[in-house]
Formats: sequence, structure tokens, C-alpha cells
Amino acid sequence: MIRRGAIPTGALAWAVVLAGMLGLLALRGSVPWAFSYPSDWVLPATRWLNVGMDWFIAWFGPGFRAASAFLEWIMAGVRWLILVVPWSVMLLLITLAAYVLSGLRLAVFACLAVLYMAVIGYWRESMNSLSLVALSVPVSVIVGFGLGAWAFLSARADRVIRPAMDLLQTIPAFAYLLPILLLFGFGPVVGLIASLLYAVPPMVRNTALGLGSVGAEVIEAGTMSGATPRQLFWRVRVPTARRQLLLGVNQTTMAAFSMVIIASIIGGTADIGWEVLSSIRKAEFGQSLIAGLVIALMAMVMDRITGALASRDATQSASTGPRGRVLGLAAGLVVVLAGLSQAFPALADYPQGWVVFPAETLNAGVDYLVVEFSQQIEAIKKVAFFYVMLPVKLGLVQTISPFSWGFAFTDTMKAGYAAVSVALTVLGGWRLGWPAAVVIAFCAMLLFYGLTGLPWPALIAAAVLAAHHLGGWRLAAGVLAGLGFLLVCGVWAEAMLSLYLSGLAVLLCFLLGGLIGILASESDALSSAVRPVNDTLQTMPLFVLLIPFVMIFKIGEFTALLAIMAYAIVPSIRYTEHGLRNVPGEAIEAALCSGCTRWQLLWRVKIPLAAPVILLGLNQTIMYAIAMLVIAALVGTNGLGQQVYIGLGDGDFGVGMVAGIGMAIIAMLADRMTQALSGATQTTTP
Amino acid sequence: MTHGDPNATANKAMQGQHAKLSCRHLWKVYGGEARDTLSRGAAEEDPAAVADKLRGQGMIPAAVDVSFDVAEGEIFVIMGLSGSGKSTVVRCLSRLVEATHGQVLMDGDDLLAKSPREMIEIRRHKLGMVFQHFGLLPHLTVIDNIAFPLTVQGLSAKESRRRVEKVIAMVGLEGREDSYPNQLSGGQQQRVGIARSLATEPDLWLLDEPFSALDPLIRRQMQDEFLHIQTELKKSIVFITHDFLEALRIADRIMLMRGGRIVQVGRPIDLIVDPADDYVAEFTQDVPLTRVLTAGDVIAKGRGNVEGLVRVSPGTKVETLLPMLSDHPEGLAVEPEDGPAELLTPESVIAGLSRHARETGAGVEAVAS
Repeated sequence: MIRRGAIPTGALAWAVVLAGMLGLLALRGSVPWAFSYPSDWVLPATRWLNVGMDWFIAWFGPGFRAASAFLEWIMAGVRWLILVVPWSVMLLLITLAAYVLSGLRLAVFACLAVLYMAVIGYWRESMNSLSLVALSVPVSVIVGFGLGAWAFLSARADRVIRPAMDLLQTIPAFAYLLPILLLFGFGPVVGLIASLLYAVPPMVRNTALGLGSVGAEVIEAGTMSGATPRQLFWRVRVPTARRQLLLGVNQTTMAAFSMVIIASIIGGTADIGWEVLSSIRKAEFGQSLIAGLVIALMAMVMDRITGALASRDATQSASTGPRGRVLGLAAGLVVVLAGLSQAFPALADYPQGWVVFPAETLNAGVDYLVVEFSQQIEAIKKVAFFYVMLPVKLGLVQTISPFSWGFAFTDTMKAGYAAVSVALTVLGGWRLGWPAAVVIAFCAMLLFYGLTGLPWPALIAAAVLAAHHLGGWRLAAGVLAGLGFLLVCGVWAEAMLSLYLSGLAVLLCFLLGGLIGILASESDALSSAVRPVNDTLQTMPLFVLLIPFVMIFKIGEFTALLAIMAYAIVPSIRYTEHGLRNVPGEAIEAALCSGCTRWQLLWRVKIPLAAPVILLGLNQTIMYAIAMLVIAALVGTNGLGQQVYIGLGDGDFGVGMVAGIGMAIIAMLADRMTQALSGATQTTTP
Repeated sequence: MTHGDPNATANKAMQGQHAKLSCRHLWKVYGGEARDTLSRGAAEEDPAAVADKLRGQGMIPAAVDVSFDVAEGEIFVIMGLSGSGKSTVVRCLSRLVEATHGQVLMDGDDLLAKSPREMIEIRRHKLGMVFQHFGLLPHLTVIDNIAFPLTVQGLSAKESRRRVEKVIAMVGLEGREDSYPNQLSGGQQQRVGIARSLATEPDLWLLDEPFSALDPLIRRQMQDEFLHIQTELKKSIVFITHDFLEALRIADRIMLMRGGRIVQVGRPIDLIVDPADDYVAEFTQDVPLTRVLTAGDVIAKGRGNVEGLVRVSPGTKVETLLPMLSDHPEGLAVEPEDGPAELLTPESVIAGLSRHARETGAGVEAVAS
């Protein structure tokens, strides 16, 4: 962190930037180019990308189409295999797997979840999604393990593989779909390839990490036992890293599934994601909720089963005696059930007559609630919109009007606002040092003119300066290059809209999540209440989160904000609680012996010591918010997310790609900046 | 008081015995390429100067011109604080770390010249090693951990079973065969580590701080069992420790290291009575003499009547003699393997202790002044 009363050159630079911003704002009439980047200056990157892609497809398209046909064939095989299994047998198999891997509780849960899929009549759609996952997970795991092992064994490979994986994970999931779509053509193959690309990185990361963290002595012991290098790798290193590898399998499964769901936006798969999406589009909330619950349940069952695989002790797999008998019994049961389902068709295909599909009832219920509470809902929406969202987006100067706030923003009031801002800035500078003054002054300007109303030269200068303070010249150069790309590609305005929405979501998540995290760290009861909610939110495929908010608040930016927050608040809560709970016991005892009250203990000891971890949570919150931003574009936002979506809809590679890269740039810059911030805190709090 | 060349002391104790392992002018330098500098010859003439020169070039000499011999059946303890280079030396012996320069002769054969394939064979049959934090494989049971070196050799299940059962009995792990490492206490885990290192019936047994991670009580018990196993197997042993009292208990000879260099090599009593410098003296000054001196060191001057007295061997520690003397105030008979028995009385023990205390005290004073 910047020390209090440090080198005034920094303060001077900030003063220049802020003064420049004010100057540009004062002259806004005569320098329109500083407020909206002139379209003549835009590089035709979109066209170049399209031309390049056309050329690429012309040359390599047939190869990709052939690969696509081949994959299609395999997929059809897997789908046939999964659908040919009678539903009753599938139910039994999944329940038994859950029982063997974890125990009775998970078995009951898995059984009910699978039963639900059959009872509501979404069996075929669910199994279609499952077959995509069943194909993409093993392939991702094998490829990911191979790449991870290669990265571990060769430093040179590591230098290429690691950044490539970083990139694959920062580019928003939607942006993958477009090039794949163009290369491989429409159809379920797109979902498969996208889920492969998205699911491989976690396996690579966990493999490299796991293999690398095997204790030196274990390896030495293996060497001294006379193991050859091959034996050392397969018999010592890999089994010792087992837990981390299985954690990789868990994460890979979840990533693959979430991408399979996202990819259903392309259609043509008749899977459960498509059901959700089309019912959202038709505003059939009952249907979307029922289908969304299938996705949620599938995600939870997959997560718990693969998670149990990872957390299972080596010791448990040893007690093969009783488990072995259970397996034998299970095999017998499966055979018997399979035979029975030949005799009784109801056990093979779930009969239509048994389907319970309460969509209409649900719709009626939702309608009733929305109508009954329409005034309250409208009030919440209005408050959030006029008093929080619009000021950040457009500034008070455009927001305050008799229509919205009930009065006009007079010149006297503006003068008053300016005076209060200056007073607060001076006070902040005097009490907390000049960085605080800079932050206050910037926020005051932001609130007055709105993020979209600030001139881009000043915003870029401020971002570069902040990057320089946090991470030195290299980070500053990276920020300059990244923002420069957004500018010259002509997506600055969209980028600011994205920044406004995700920034606001991040800020609210950080405050609210931080508060919940602090409370949870002080109260065990709250902590154990919050944990399952967090787990559920995190395993949920992204666009399931949209459903409840769309149902109540309809389509719009406010709904998008809430959906983003629902997903991005989780790391804020988790990291804050984790950081606070892991403050060294000695530090707390020392503070208590010095006579700290509980309040002082929290503010003066725990939070400062936990700051690096809390900031890491901020970092994750930002990444989550940006990931959700694209999904939120489905419910009506303007910005880069919408551009990606438009590109996808029109098959316009250039538009979608520029927007996708733009989002990746924002994500990467935010990531590096917050990491630098977290690192800087770490050095001051040993 | 004479302080000879440490290696002279080393070789004196070797007289008439066959050297199982000879380490010759071993160097390990980290952080740069020192091979050329060392092979020029100056390294053997003035190692200290060469080490300083390498340090000046930003390299880290972790082992500096280390030479010693280990006799057949001897327990050779390498002792030093952390960073003294003792772990580096033992890893160079087994080539877990590649030495920069020097020779490691096992039965006259230079291990450093072996190909990787040959080295695997040597590790499979001639070397066994025990690690400070056990180095057990978490996914294997006790029995599979112990059998691991035999498994990688491709030994038949029957033969490996026979050998494993033998070592399991030796270390007292019967009944825990099917447990996993994380179900065992530290002491038991190290028993597994010891059993594994012995399963291949190695000639040379390397132990890297095997008891340092254990509680003091367990440590003591494990030392006793280690000595017990050794009286049975008579392996040639290189034992690393940072605990001087442990070194005293088990060592035939001790090599004290500091900053990668040998400070002194000798029998435990040599280090105490005749420390090579103030560093050694500082180490030894608080050591209770009763733990170091043996019956042979404190016999009565002049011949006494040993008729009808309880007999002890000359190697018995004074510590052990004291309670015996309180039961037999008339004295004990010290009986060497060859030659007549000699008398040991409470008075002779007191005289011996005070004589040695004076000597060591004088040593410290002489250095201090």
C-alpha cells in the first residue's frame, strides 16, 4: 500500500490527471472527440478478423467439417448407449455409485434427483446433456492430464501451456462458441468442443500442481528404492498426487457441464439447457424453473459424486470386504432390473401417463405473486435504478430530474455538491493521506458525470497511473495497451457499459459479501447456514441463476445486476470468512491481552491481517462478475456481453470476437491490478 | 595438546579394517558451473581458498573437499547444524544429488562414474536409505510400502512376501501390515521407513536424521531399537543427525561438519577430550562425561583383586556403571576380550571423571585465552 504522506510526485501526477479530467469536462462542447471516440479513428479490426476467418475457413474448413462429422458419429454412439439403458437401471446405477463413493445420504439425494428428472418428463433431454458430459469429461481429463504432466516435466512447455490455459479461462465462455460454430458448423458438436476447451484448463492446472507438490522425500525414497524414471512417475508421483488429480476431475466435470448448458444456446441438441433457454424466451417461467431445477440437480449430483471421489481417503478404498460384497450385490441387482425392464416396458421408458408437470400451477403462482406484490417490486426496481444504477452510469447531472427524483438539479445544488466534494477531498487528504483524497475526488466526479460521461483520455490516464502505483511500469504498459485496444477497435462505449454494470455488481458484492463474511466469521451458526447456499450458487450452471430474477423483475439491467451479484458474491463471502477465521491465534491472543474490545479486535487486528485474503476474494469476485456478464446479456444489457451475443446470433465473427477479446482484456487487467493490490498488502502485513 | 589433520584421526581409527565406503575430495557447489575450477588441482591443495573464491563468484559450496572412510560394520555419524552440508553429503553418496567433484568408492568402485541404469541396480541391491519425514507412499499399505523396492525390481510375490515378513518382525510392526501411513504414529511410520530400507538387504545403510521428527521419548526408544537391529545385522552405516547426544549414543565415530567442511573426525571421546577447535569444544562442553567415558577409561591405577566381582566389558558407559557401583561398592571387574580383568572402584570412577573434566576444561580455557 502507498504510505501515508509518501512521495508527493505521485500526488502531483494524480492532481494533473484529475485537473485534466475537469478541464476536459469544462470544455466538453469544444472537444467532442474526448467523450465519444470518433468513428473515423476506429481501426477496421472487425473486418480484418472476418476476412482472416473467411480465409481460414476456405482453407481449413473441410478438415474441421470432417472432424465434426467424425465427432458427431461418436456422440451419436454415446447418446444411443445412454438412452438405451432403461431409466430404472440408470437410476439404480447412479444411486449405487453415490452410495459406494460417499454413503447413504448422497445415495438418497442422487436417487431423488434422478427420479425427479423422470417424473417431470425431462428424461430424454437430461440424458442428452449427460451424454455430452459423459463424452467430454474423459477426453478432457486425459488431454488435461497429458498437458499438465508435460508442463510439469518440461519448463519450456510450461511457459507455453500455462498462459494458454489462463487465456482459455479468462475469455468468456460465450466467445468460444463463435469460432467453433464457424469452423465446425451447427449442431451438438459445437457444445462438445466448447466444453472440451473449457474443461481442459482446470485439469491441466491441478495436474501440474499435484505432480509438483509431491514431497521431495517421497520422490527420494522412490529413487532409493531403485525405481526407474518411469516407475517413479507412475508408481510414486501420480498416486501420491491422486487427491489433487481427482480434484481436477471434479472441476473439469463441473466446467464441462456448465459449458454443455451454455452451448445449448446454439440449439439443435434437444437437451435440458435448450429447454430452459427457450422457455425463458417464451416467458414460461414455470417450465424454465422446472427444467432449471433439473440442471441444478444434475450439477449438484455430479459435483458431490466427483467431489466424494477426491476427498475419499485411501484408507476407505482399502476396506474392500463389505464394499466388495455391496458391488457384487449391486451388479446382480442391475442385471435383474435390466431383465425386468424387458418384461415391463414401464421400467424401460418412463410412461407418459406418470409424468407430473406442474408448470401451469407454478406459472399461476408466480403470476399471482408478481401481481400481488407488483407495487413493492416496482418500488425496489425504481429505487435501485434511479438512486444507484443511473447515477453511476449517466451521472447525477442526467439522473436528477422531477420525473426520477422528484425535483430538478438546480445550479445551486450543483454548486453545493461541488463544495461538499471539495470539502470531503480536503478532509480525506488531511486525515488519511493524499491517496484517499484522490479516491474521493474521483468518486465525486464519477457520481456527478457518470462513467459514460467521463472523457476517455482522462480515464485511460487514471487507469495507467493506478496500474503504475500498484504494479510498476509493466502493469501500466499492459493497461495502456489493453485499453488502447478497446478504444481503437471502437468498442469503448460498450466496454464502459460493461464496466459500469460489472463494476457496480463487484462493489455491491464486495460490500455485502464482505459484511456477510465478517458476520459468518464471528458466528458459527451463520457460517453453517451460509455454506450450503454458497455451495449451491457456485455449482449452479450460470444461466439457471437468471431464472428467479427474470421471473420477478422481468428483463432489464436490474435483473442482470442481481443475477451477476448472485453468482459473484460467493467468493467475497468465502474469502472474507476464510481470511478472518485464519488469522493466527497468537495474534488474536496478543490483542486480547492488550485489552482490545471485540470491535477493536476485528478492525485493528483481524481485518488488517486478513486483508490479502480478502483482496484475493475481490479478485475472484471480479472474475466471476465478468464471466456472468455475458450470460446476463441474455436478459437485456448493453455492452460487450450483448455484442458477443449479437455476433453469435448473426454469425459475425469479427464483432463477436472483438467484444470477446475486449471482455478478456477487462478481465485480465482487473485480475492483474487486484493481484498487485493484494501483493502490495501482503508486503506491509507480514 | 595436539590437533592433527582431521583425516589423520579418521584413518587412525581405520587401521586394520576394510573400508566399505570411501569418500574422496567430494565437492558439491550450487548456483554455477564449478567443475573446471575444481578439476584444476588447486582445490585439493587449499580447499578453503577455492571455496572462498567460488563464493565470491556467487556460487554456494555446500560440500567442500569432504573425505572420509566408513569401515565394514561401522556406525559413522555425520553431525552438524542445519546448513552444515551433512544432508548434501549423504545425498551425494547415493547420487540423489549429483556431486560436482570427487569420488565415492564403494568396495573400491566409484559410484559417481556409474550410468543411471547401473545406479538403479545399485540402489536396488546395495543401498538403503531412511528419511527424516519418512517418505512413505500415502496410497500404499504398510506391507506394500515395505515391499515397494522389491516390487519395482519385479521380484516374485512369494519371495518379496518372505523378505517383507522378516523385516516387519525385525522392526516390530506385526499386526499393522494392512494399515495406511496416515493411520500410524510418527514412530511407527519411521519403523515402516526403516523396514523398507532394509527389505532389499543393502550393504550400506544411509539414515538421514531418522529420529529428528519424533518426540524425545520415542526418539530414545527408536535409538535403542536401531542399535539392537545393528548388533544383529552389522551393516555399514552413515547416520546423519544434528543432535550431539544422539551422535554420542550410537556413533562408533563422529564427523563434525560446519559450512560444508569437515571440522573433526573421531571417536566420541576424541571430540570431547581433544576438540579440534573452539567450535567443537563449544559443542561438547555441556556433554555429561558419564555418557561418553567407558569402563576402560576409568579403571583403577595398579592392579587390584578382581576375584568374585561382577564383570563388565570395557565399552560399558560410565552412566550404566554408576547404579551397578551403588549395588556393589566393593568394585567391578572390567574384562577386555583379550588380556586380564582389571579393577574398577567408585574412587577410580571419580578420579577418572575429574581427570577428564580437568582436561576438557583446560582445553576450553586454552582456546579462550
